[in-house]
Amino acid sequence: MGEDTKHIVSSFEFDLRKLRDMIAVMGGLVERSVADATTALMTHDSELAARVVAMDPKIDAEERAVDQFAVKLLALRQPVADDLRQVVAALKVITDLERVGDYASNVAKRSLVLNKVASAYSLSGIGQMAALVQQNLKTVIDAVGEADPQKAISVWRADQMVDDLYNTIFRELITYMMEDARSITACTHLLFIAKNLERIGDHATNIAELTYYAVTGDTLPDFRPKGDQTSAYVHIDPAK
Amino acid sequence: MEIASYKMSSVTPLTDLQAAVETDRVRVSIRDLNFYYGDTHALKDINIDYLDRKTTAMIGPSGCGKSTLLRVLNRMYDLYPGQRAEGEVMLGDQNIIAPGVDLNRLRRRIGMVFQKPTPFPKSIYENVVFGVRLHERLSKAELDERVEWALTRAALWGEVKDRLNTSAIGLSGGQQQRLCIARSIAVRPEVLLLDEPTSALDPISTLKIEELIDELKKDFTIIIVTHNMQQAGRCADQVAFFYLGELVEVGSSSQIFTAPRERRTQEYITGRFG
Repeated sequence: MGEDTKHIVSSFEFDLRKLRDMIAVMGGLVERSVADATTALMTHDSELAARVVAMDPKIDAEERAVDQFAVKLLALRQPVADDLRQVVAALKVITDLERVGDYASNVAKRSLVLNKVASAYSLSGIGQMAALVQQNLKTVIDAVGEADPQKAISVWRADQMVDDLYNTIFRELITYMMEDARSITACTHLLFIAKNLERIGDHATNIAELTYYAVTGDTLPDFRPKGDQTSAYVHIDPAK
Repeated sequence: MEIASYKMSSVTPLTDLQAAVETDRVRVSIRDLNFYYGDTHALKDINIDYLDRKTTAMIGPSGCGKSTLLRVLNRMYDLYPGQRAEGEVMLGDQNIIAPGVDLNRLRRRIGMVFQKPTPFPKSIYENVVFGVRLHERLSKAELDERVEWALTRAALWGEVKDRLNTSAIGLSGGQQQRLCIARSIAVRPEVLLLDEPTSALDPISTLKIEELIDELKKDFTIIIVTHNMQQAGRCADQVAFFYLGELVEVGSSSQIFTAPRERRTQEYITGRFG
């Protein structure tokens, strides 16, 4: 919206473009982190996992840079309407992206531990979930860069599938642990990895909501497809 | 128990809000207003309500009709031949653009402050009582009281109380503008029209006038024309955007400046017009 009409002050136009580009750069780093963490996990590549962990401070630095730039825009340009929504959304989007970076780093750290313990559990379910999460993350980062509300909605809807996969993996892992207590260490790490991926999906959904609001001025309905039902399992008692 | 009392207190603002909504009365109501400068159709089918004790800002590029609308509201256009208004401008139950309206009475009910301060070359005191003397017969004591009241409401009393009999021309620009506001409110109007009241003032004088507008809306309905978008956002409860003689959009200032409904509004306030 308004994309085809340019601001009279071209330096303002330039700054808003720059803000979008900075988020795209940060989004790119975060995407890379999630992808590498997944690969490290699937291929037992400890070196790659270590690189993901080392990447996190760079993402944090990028977040601070975008934050400072957005605050400067607010102070000096006093944006209103869609410009204001864009800057405010940018401030929130980078917080979500930073969290995604943390989760990726955590997945990588846990993959390092997993490489040291034996596990008979197949990683294909988690791999599938990771692929889906990466797809959503990529789409939502594109939605931010292209100011595309339709892409944002598609991510917002697709999170349901991530949650469904998570529920399945959760049940499987619980079953494994009940069958064989020696698998608990590995399975617990896998459980956290699955949870991290699920949280990354949630942050992608947040970014989708923020982008939709920034572009259209409307908020998506409060009800969003939510499928994490694992809290219903908190009462599972292995003794019974 | 604590939860119960928390709930109680969280309910109170809601009722306050409701009360506020219920007291929103319309002071001036414009229906299907058209205005012509000779053959030029300057205002087209304008419909807008100005709420009692609220500030409405009118924004839009030069020539959009916002100043014309102010001129309609106190019938200043009557001074010029070939200018005519059609439609309804209701102040209470009176259509003020109908023939036979007593213009002197109307201009007592609707005061106006202009872009550049326009003090008379008289004393500060005489400036304030000028309009009052036209409309009311008051004793010296009552006049003194009115002067103090108006100057206090205009946030100027403290600065001029010791030199009421000196010439108003010696005041600074910001003080002169506040004096003009005092002169306008001294006759106790219902509506106060402000035509870019701060465009000739420095930033601090501007903020003083804006603070004053906030104060004055407790007593008056305020309609302000401004080219300064931030000022509209800061001062107004309601913002109306005009373009090419049409009222494009009217809404609360927070709605207009965060999520305007009309594309033309958005392009104008974000500086993309042109």
